[in-house]
Amino acid sequence: MALLTVENLQVNYGVIRALKGISFEVNEGEIVSLIGANGAGKTTTMQSIMGLIPIAGGTVTYEGNVINKVPAHKLVAMGISQVPEGRRIFQELTVYENLVLGAYTEKDKKEIKNRIDDVCTRFPRLGERLKQVGGTLSGGEQQMLAMGRALMNRPKLLMMDEPSMGLAPILVEQIFDIIKELHKGGATILLVEQNAQMALSCSDRAYVLETGEISLTGTGAELAASPEVKKAYLGG
Amino acid sequence: MSILFDGLSLGAIYALIALGYTMVYGIAKMLNFAHGDIIMVGAYSVFVVMQRAKSPTDAFLNVACGLLLSLFICTLFGVVMEKLAYKPLRGVTPIAVLITAIGVSYLLQSLAQIFFGAKPHSVSLPTLGTVTVAGAKVSLSSIVTLVVGAVIMALLTWFVSKTTTGRAMQAVSEDRGAAQMMGINVNKIISVTFAIGSALAAFAGLFYLLQIPTAEPTLGSMPGIKAFTAAVIGGIGSIPGAMIGGVLLGVIEKICLSIPVIAPYTTAVEFSLLIIILLVRPIGILGKKRREKV
Repeated sequence: MALLTVENLQVNYGVIRALKGISFEVNEGEIVSLIGANGAGKTTTMQSIMGLIPIAGGTVTYEGNVINKVPAHKLVAMGISQVPEGRRIFQELTVYENLVLGAYTEKDKKEIKNRIDDVCTRFPRLGERLKQVGGTLSGGEQQMLAMGRALMNRPKLLMMDEPSMGLAPILVEQIFDIIKELHKGGATILLVEQNAQMALSCSDRAYVLETGEISLTGTGAELAASPEVKKAYLGG
Repeated sequence: MSILFDGLSLGAIYALIALGYTMVYGIAKMLNFAHGDIIMVGAYSVFVVMQRAKSPTDAFLNVACGLLLSLFICTLFGVVMEKLAYKPLRGVTPIAVLITAIGVSYLLQSLAQIFFGAKPHSVSLPTLGTVTVAGAKVSLSSIVTLVVGAVIMALLTWFVSKTTTGRAMQAVSEDRGAAQMMGINVNKIISVTFAIGSALAAFAGLFYLLQIPTAEPTLGSMPGIKAFTAAVIGGIGSIPGAMIGGVLLGVIEKICLSIPVIAPYTTAVEFSLLIIILLVRPIGILGKKRREKV
């Protein structure tokens, strides 16, 4: 059984139908990508799964439970974490405080400390900057903090929204190396990306989203080789 | 010297009220214009206890009971007000919330009129007398207000920066959506904020009675507006800003009142200060502009 199953998901913004009934699933241990251009509905998909915007129709099932109406803070406690688009770290709080907030649903102080140690091992840059205020970090460091903060929840499902956005190519590679490492460690990741090439290179499976509908699906390699995808997203 | 102490203690009262405004603004992103009336609710709670208690021997016990009841009632009113009046308005235009808050303010004043009548009731609080500090006579109630106010503000600062709930408050204040993604129940944090703000108003209500021992339905309006001014001067949304703004306004008020020529214009001076701050530094003394990094 899939960890996350999305069936015929529909979301409206007023009269605009942002998602016109999309279906996909994420199995345990997989990296699944949703790729597509600006305005295709990628972030909307993430936000509606997370319970941050209301779902107009369809069902979202996580670990066998329908979670359509479950609010975000409960989903976090159920093991879903999101690395939001634009990172959205808490700029006025320190790196340490950001990380602690990532484990908000965990009450055991010792466990929180262990998790901080783990995150600092994975992201040594964060470890060096624990006392620094989030807003003073560079873009790449902020992305690492956003990822580290999400990992503090020890999520069963990690949803990442545009982790490469606004980063220099070398940092994009670093971020994707980390995603691959997480995958090797057994993490289940739902990735939303405009950078189709990078996303497809590390994905087990992927879906192409076009104006609120899924137009193509296949393994990462299949889609990377598909003429339509090449033409639309990979520059011929 | 005594002017300074009186000013500081009045400032502590304003600061306590201003904290309620600023915290609710920071976290719920709304101006709760009914906040001043919570002080009035607190003052009437103290009045009820002092009226029932007829044994002057235990004056301080009575005051303590009054404070406890006031804390309980104010917190209850604050939380219920938020649940009934403001929560259904999440996400609607701010002007609707603002109008609602003004409505809640009138509702509370009218309720007080219905239950206690429109005429002022004098509250028989024990008189504390004066002590001599550095050669000047200072009223003991000013010192009590100042000390207790300072302790409360220190506790609040600790609470917001060091506890899990306090950090969650900061997170909600900065980015509500991201806070939800951390597993923070935003509604709960907003309730907690209203509860804390109202409890602070309960203290402010008692201290206000120590200065002017009269409870009346519109008692909260003026200190409410002054404290709101203080919050804006200090930078709305900023906790230390509210403290600084409150103390500043209190001291200025007492200094103005002590100079016969200026005294009649005290309120004008205070609100002029607000206008000047808004012209020179619209975000207030400690207000922050959000930087965005792309």
